Amino acid sequence: MRLKLKIWRQEAATQPGAMVDYMLDDVSEHMSFLEMIDLLNETLVGKGERVVEFDHDCREGICGQCGMMINGRAHGPLPNTTTCQLHMRSFKDGDTIYIEPFRAAAFPIVRDLKIDRSGFDRVIQAGGFISASTGQPPEANSILISHDVTEAAFDAAACIGCGACVATCKNSSAALFTSAKITHLALLPQGKLEAADRVVNMVDQMEAEGFGHCSNTEACEVECPQSISVLHIARMNFEYNKALVMKP
Amino acid sequence: MMLDAKIPAGDLADKWDKYKEHAKLVNPANRKKLDVIVVGTGLAGASCAASLAEQGYSVKSFCFQDSSRRAHSVAAQGGVNAAKNYKNDGDSVYRMFYDTIKGGDFRSREANVYRLAQCSAQLIDQAVAQGVPFAREYGGYLNNRSFGGVQVSRTFYARGQTGQQLLLGAYQALMRQESLGKVKTYTRHEMLELVVVDGKAKGIIARDLLTGQIERHAANAVVLATGGYGKVYYLSTLAMGCNSSAIWRAHKKGAFMSGVSWIQFHPTCLPQLGEHQSKLTLMSESLRNDGRIWVPKKASDEREPKDIPEEERDYYLERKYPAFGNLSPRDISSRAAKERIDAGCGVGAMKNAVCLDFSKAIKEQGKEKIKEKYSNLFTMYEKINGINAYEQPMLISPAAHFTMGGLWVDYQLMTTIPGLFALGEANFADHGANRLGANSLLQACVDGYFVAPYTIPNYLADELKAEKVTTDHPAFEEAEQVVKAQLDRFLQSKGTLSADYFHKTLGKLLYDKCGLSRSKESLTQAITDIKQLRESFKNDLKITGDGTVNSELEKAGRVTDYLELGELMCYDALTREESCGAHFREEYQTPDGEAVRNDQDFCFVSAWEWKGSGAEEELHKEPLVFENVELAVRSYK
Ligand SMILES: Cc1cc2nc3c(=O)[nH]c(=O)nc-3n(C[C@H](O)[C@H](O)[C@H](O)COP(=O)(O)OP(=O)(O)OC[C@H]3O[C@@H](n4cnc5c(N)ncnc54)[C@H](O)[C@@H]3O)c2cc1C
Ligand code: FES
Repeated sequence: MRLKLKIWRQEAATQPGAMVDYMLDDVSEHMSFLEMIDLLNETLVGKGERVVEFDHDCREGICGQCGMMINGRAHGPLPNTTTCQLHMRSFKDGDTIYIEPFRAAAFPIVRDLKIDRSGFDRVIQAGGFISASTGQPPEANSILISHDVTEAAFDAAACIGCGACVATCKNSSAALFTSAKITHLALLPQGKLEAADRVVNMVDQMEAEGFGHCSNTEACEVECPQSISVLHIARMNFEYNKALVMKP
Repeated sequence: MMLDAKIPAGDLADKWDKYKEHAKLVNPANRKKLDVIVVGTGLAGASCAASLAEQGYSVKSFCFQDSSRRAHSVAAQGGVNAAKNYKNDGDSVYRMFYDTIKGGDFRSREANVYRLAQCSAQLIDQAVAQGVPFAREYGGYLNNRSFGGVQVSRTFYARGQTGQQLLLGAYQALMRQESLGKVKTYTRHEMLELVVVDGKAKGIIARDLLTGQIERHAANAVVLATGGYGKVYYLSTLAMGCNSSAIWRAHKKGAFMSGVSWIQFHPTCLPQLGEHQSKLTLMSESLRNDGRIWVPKKASDEREPKDIPEEERDYYLERKYPAFGNLSPRDISSRAAKERIDAGCGVGAMKNAVCLDFSKAIKEQGKEKIKEKYSNLFTMYEKINGINAYEQPMLISPAAHFTMGGLWVDYQLMTTIPGLFALGEANFADHGANRLGANSLLQACVDGYFVAPYTIPNYLADELKAEKVTTDHPAFEEAEQVVKAQLDRFLQSKGTLSADYFHKTLGKLLYDKCGLSRSKESLTQAITDIKQLRESFKNDLKITGDGTVNSELEKAGRVTDYLELGELMCYDALTREESCGAHFREEYQTPDGEAVRNDQDFCFVSAWEWKGSGAEEELHKEPLVFENVELAVRSYK
């Protein structure tokens, strides 16, 4: 198929960017969206032009490094799918596709479609862990965890940290990302001891990074590649209030 | 040069304890004066960096992704092995050791493999404490499943995302150390050179991928945990950025490379659909627990797989290897698939696939049960291929996957350059000529959590007395100039072909001539072809853009190293005149197509020494001594 692409080009965070038009031929329906951009870049190299910079690595929906706004939607038209897992069979010959970076004040643009998501790492540094140093742990089966609790913790732990939730949210809130980690660890017996400090510190860091507040539009859940539930945000608020009330 | 693996004396079962009891220690107050660079934040790198920082060393951690959490360990699906014997089905450290040695076709070191099995149980404890949500039974106890090549259930798993969950555990431990100021992470940094001073590893040159700045980092020890190089084949199960550059550049500074051609082709990957394809996605091998593998009995069958009746299907693994059936080891399963595909029985648009069929399992266990076990894999399959695998068979095909080869290391995971350690998939150590499923997450973790935290301090203890090397040492200047000159050459290239073009051409060439099967003829041809391709790369490469954020420039550096590594792979395969594990030489097979190993002449680990550009590398041999197992023909029949 033949496509018209309108792609955001921006040299650096400090410089203005703009949409630039490209025509691309010979796109096959079996291509992934990123393979389509590979094809475009191949033609740009042929013409001696700088390629479109974008983030990606695993190309199987798990590393969380890819992510673009495609026709105004984070990761494109399919719900719960990463950009790398989106295939061109979702488009048709003659389509015009708008491609932009994930936008949020806390995710500065690096170049073109590449963004800086290091804020997420700092939110985790604020408490998104269980303090268990190497060598300390007891025998694994001495901590019994019911099947259902494990499965629920897994559902939250599955987050890939791609940032689609932030990009989709009109407030650029990182509530889904942060709450997923809080739930994962708060549900497990191993994680309960540090739960109160964890939630307070992570929420504070989230705000310090410049992520917005959650106003419960639930837009994030639809785009989340791992279908992380917005109910975790409710749990985060619960854990947060509990932490403040119980504070010794 | 005599290679000394430094294996402690004594009984197999006591060696590691003995080592730990006698390893040198560093006084807690002195530890922060000792700097360690850890390149890589996969399971091996993150666990090593966090564990050393917990002990009090000053650690710098590097990765090329935008966050440490994205290292390719994240993609491992199936599980991690441990000899816990929770299933009471006869598992033990010895049995796991034996399975691994046999699985590796008797081409690994007994002592290393035994240690791997010994430390496995502790890893599960560590991961659970970190909050890894491994699958549980209804009573709350940990659950297991079985994996290829073994007859016990020793695989722990977290749905189909075990690597992700283990990695998040290690990443969170790393982030905790970062928040405590013990680790400084450098994301979006690529190591481009190793700095060696007076024969010892003393630092690295890295490029900041956001600014293009070339940076010098000095340390008392350098750890490479940079993963596998299966991406040399271009089409593989690896991530786009996976590379050999860190280990290859260390190789050119004196670190030997071992088992370079031992590359595992994973039997259950999605087949190639067209020329544009950038990767072959893995479908977890755990699917083989419930999926049955077959092809049509007759060649060139044009019917849709779902329309082919039961009696016209050839369940070739069950037929040829009744004892292990669909759970036969990977090398055997992949080769059997290739044999059927080459015989014209392949299915799919390019006739390059075999069927993985769940209809029997769904009939017996119900769709819900299958969904609970594999839903994310079925969803992924549908996203990529648009096909619902609950209703018709998945189409799968072998793809380049795991590199058993890598930097030669001794028992302490130290390379032939003192102070340079290699962990995880980047070393060659534990898997011999073929890796068993779910053993490599384990190896990466055991290296990083449990081995390196003893062996690196043992090395560092003597470093306290040594004079501190700083980044103004001439060796840093020299290494930096080499890196800069290469980048300049790429930026000034005047050709017409992209780095990807060369990568794809090399990959195709290696698939055909140094892939699932090789021969003297194909390998000799490949060596000539690669030399030509390298010449063409010098003249015809085109890199656009500037020296700051530039993915084309990054690719050029990786491809240039692959073009050298690919050639060494062929030499390694050529000089090993036997078939073992993943290395199948067409000249060495039985009449019914099984591998013929030659223990008389090839019971050794190859260790290649770089002799300068254009010169042939020198082959050293580390003899493998088996004192506890008998070398047997590896049969899964
Ligand atoms: C799709 C897939 C599924 C798998 N499933 C399983 C499984 O179920 N069970 C199992 O046991 N094993 C599995 N494996 C194998 C296993 O995942 C890997 O062998 C293991 O995770 C490797 O870990 P590592 O830490 O050595 O390397 P990686 O996790 O690959 O990490 C490499 C690190 O090095 C960094 N790096 C590389 N080069 C440079 C450089 N030049 N400069 C700076 N940084 C660099 C990267 O940024 C990254 O942080 C699977 C592998 C794949 C590809
Ligand atoms: S590239 Fe890894 S999730 Fe898309």
